[in-house]
Amino acid sequence: MADVTLRKVVKRYDDVEAVRGIDLDIADHEFVVLVGPSGCGKSTTLRMIAGLEDISDGDIMIGGDVVNDVPPKDRDIAMVFQNYALYPHMTVAENMSFGLRLKHYPKAEINARVTEAARMLDITDLINRKPKQLSGGQRQRVAMGRAIVRNPKVFLFDEPLSNLDAKLRVQMRIEIKKVHQKVRTTTVYVTHDQVEAMTLADRVVVMNHGRIEQIGTPNELYHKPATKFVASFIGSPAMNFVPCRLEDSAGKLHLRLTDRLAFPLPPARAARYNALPRTDKLLFGIRPEHMTEASPHAEPGVEPFDATLDVTEPMGMETLVYFTLEGTAVCGRVNPNAGAQDGGPLRMAVDLNNMHLLNEATGAVL
Amino acid sequence: MADVVVQQGTVARTATRRRSGLQKALKRKSTAAFLMTLPLILLIACLVLYPALYSVHLATLNKSMARFVGFGNFEFLFKRDTFWLVVRQSCIFAISAVILKALIGFIVAHFVHNVPANKQRKWRGMLLVPWVIPPAMSTLAWLWLFDPSYSAFNYTLSFFGIGPIPWTGDAMWARFSVILVNVWYGAPFFMIMYLAALKSVPEQLYEAAAIDGANWWQRIWYVTLPMMRNIIAITTLFSLIVTFANFDIVRILTAGGPLDHTHIFATWAFRVGIEGSDIPLGASVSLFMVPILAVAAVFILRDVNKRGNEA
Amino acid sequence: MSTVTIDKAGPTRKVKYGSMSRDRAWALRWSYFFLTLFAIFSLVPPIYMLITSLKSSAEISAATNPWWVFHPTLSNYIELLTSNQFLRFFWNSAWVSIIVVTITMLISVPAAFALSRMKFWGSATLATGVFLTYLVPDSLLFIPLFKMFAVIGDWTGIQLINKWYVLLFIYPTLTVPFCTWIMIGYFASIPKELDEAAIIDGASWFQTLTRIFIPVALPGLIAATIFAFTVSWAQYLYPLVFTTSTDQLVLPVGIITTLIKGDVFNWGQIMTGALLGAAPPLIIYAFLMDYYIAGLTAGATKG
Repeated sequence: MADVTLRKVVKRYDDVEAVRGIDLDIADHEFVVLVGPSGCGKSTTLRMIAGLEDISDGDIMIGGDVVNDVPPKDRDIAMVFQNYALYPHMTVAENMSFGLRLKHYPKAEINARVTEAARMLDITDLINRKPKQLSGGQRQRVAMGRAIVRNPKVFLFDEPLSNLDAKLRVQMRIEIKKVHQKVRTTTVYVTHDQVEAMTLADRVVVMNHGRIEQIGTPNELYHKPATKFVASFIGSPAMNFVPCRLEDSAGKLHLRLTDRLAFPLPPARAARYNALPRTDKLLFGIRPEHMTEASPHAEPGVEPFDATLDVTEPMGMETLVYFTLEGTAVCGRVNPNAGAQDGGPLRMAVDLNNMHLLNEATGAVL
Repeated sequence: MADVVVQQGTVARTATRRRSGLQKALKRKSTAAFLMTLPLILLIACLVLYPALYSVHLATLNKSMARFVGFGNFEFLFKRDTFWLVVRQSCIFAISAVILKALIGFIVAHFVHNVPANKQRKWRGMLLVPWVIPPAMSTLAWLWLFDPSYSAFNYTLSFFGIGPIPWTGDAMWARFSVILVNVWYGAPFFMIMYLAALKSVPEQLYEAAAIDGANWWQRIWYVTLPMMRNIIAITTLFSLIVTFANFDIVRILTAGGPLDHTHIFATWAFRVGIEGSDIPLGASVSLFMVPILAVAAVFILRDVNKRGNEA
Repeated sequence: MSTVTIDKAGPTRKVKYGSMSRDRAWALRWSYFFLTLFAIFSLVPPIYMLITSLKSSAEISAATNPWWVFHPTLSNYIELLTSNQFLRFFWNSAWVSIIVVTITMLISVPAAFALSRMKFWGSATLATGVFLTYLVPDSLLFIPLFKMFAVIGDWTGIQLINKWYVLLFIYPTLTVPFCTWIMIGYFASIPKELDEAAIIDGASWFQTLTRIFIPVALPGLIAATIFAFTVSWAQYLYPLVFTTSTDQLVLPVGIITTLIKGDVFNWGQIMTGALLGAAPPLIIYAFLMDYYIAGLTAGATKG
């Protein structure tokens, strides 16, 4: 059990910088998820923590010790790989105990640990099978078991669920969370799936182009994204962005989307944005669930408008509606009973209390 | 301010430390790797590379190996009819044997591929037997089958009113015989390579071609051959090298006779260099294999690398 | 099942399908016919070896139907298997092959591991070099090698020529390059994560090789072993050049030089010897055919 610290960590491949100076503090027992699109440097970061990649610059500390030059086996970490990387010629028990056997642990201790891990992961019956005889989910469990028996300072997960089908992925996600609640080992988990990141993490690290975009709890990232990248990456369907500008009319601050459409901002928002220049270079960000069908009674900050729907997608508990808002394609979420129809008109309402305003050029959320 | 200074110091220090550590690690790993490959390197250097260069040196000496004669051995060879006979026979032997092996291998592979999958193993097993028997042993059987007085082939053919055929006694027939035995020995190799290639062609391609209205011949021409082109090239070139450098079959079947008409480079080099104790001349003869081997090797390497990249 | 679909598709399609299936049936019949011909062609020499080996000298020289044994006898086998000379050839062959296989594996497996996993300066060139070496035939090297060992004998007084163990130095030039090459291919097909997992589990390079790579690539190892054995067992040119005394000969050379005495061919014994000489590779092939074929086809692929 230990904390993990990254100080200005850089990874260069020849002349390409894959990781461009990352600072990250992971507390003891914490479950941190690195998330981002492919090529964002998240896997490289994880592999540097594991010691599988050399660090071009900076420091990595595990439990307060700089481990830059420490080989992987002496870092006291365990890793779960995307394709499980189970040794095909060994049984489940042998796979799990391989590391302990290399370190010459007493037989009784090895047996005890393997039995305990197998019980925790519910794979006791499979202990004498070879990986070939296991399903994807079972292999995943064994890979986790192999990490658990080592009782390491840190767990590293490299996209462990991407090879599973959708249903198993949800199941294993819960399984991983349960295991972490039991063993409480510091965990660094890499994924490209923002749902996995949100559901598993104590804190999420969103990475892009080798840099950290934002670090925060899942709720912080969702409700208070720091950048356009985070805002668009977290949440599904993604946040809508519409070009806009601020405008003073009739003594109130308005959000003007086009000549025809402008919304008065609610007081809290108006106060926040009042100091901003009244330029065109702004983006109005709104999540689909904050664009719903208009309700009969007006609520403060919820402004109605008329839309002509292009496509509707009934999801069961809700219906996703796609339409163009003054030239920009956007998505809204409406009640299944709201009467949304392909090509039909619908009276919509936008909840400006939950809006975001972004600088179009820098992508910063204002 | 102070904080920044301290941090910069840390970064600079760790950077130098890192680099030296990395260098050490690289050194350790590459030293281990070098040690693991050292026996291989020594073997290739001492017992393949050095002898190859040594044979160039040998080729420039006189028979007693006391005097440097430059291209003297080659000039001597160019003036001898037997040498030109060997050059011609080597080419005829290698080219016709390789073409026949490639064709027969291709045809047989198709027949095996046609047969239901559960029976293929049995046929493949029987058809590969010639490749498994040491060629020196099987050539003895052929020699006995071709025996001038007791030939089992001539016995059989006599029922059809043919023969007796002087399998190894007549120059033309002897040339035919060595090619026949070489084809018998080498065709299974082609068969097995083509069979593996055939199995790697996805069935959907044939179905798609059939739906597009391709007939049997068009399917072979437009689907099978293009998909197998690389493996055909590699196998053919490889076989060209092995056939060109063949020794066992000719040596045992005809020993170069009658009247040196079936000698190829390897057997004649042996006759001149070892049996005739003229090592420089023997080395010169075998060096004539180098150009064609080198060309074939370069093309194989290109194709193998191409395959590697495709995979 | 297909007929049901065809019924639905209507009568014209059914006729068409019928002709196609008839075509297929004919194609199959022709396939069997030609395969039988080719199988006969393939098996005539070994079968003829067997037939002749069961005949007495008298029956052979009587020129009866060569394809039939009228008075089968095991005398040829008994004579050869009780002859010290023949047993000596057999043991020489066995020793040479077994030791060469061992040497080959000891050299090529670590080298293949280093070349496929531990990228170092010149490793790619070396891998290519290994492949090129494999293409260098024995008939190019036998003369300089012979002279080389003669010179070594003159210089050091260690006389290796005409000793069976000189072959232990020479055969690896034929077996090591190919075995290294196919082991590189097998090792390269092992996912990279597997050695990373082993590294994290605390395995050293050596442990990764012995505890992970060798067991996982066992089929490749078997294929390479079979290859090395059959090449060593079948090699004819090198022993013909390097050994002459009868007690130093290996089987192929021994049979040919001792059983053929001048113009006298004792065909019964020659065929028996040839069959016994062909037996070890054939037995290995019979039991390990899939590995044998895997090794055969692996040479043309890279990884």
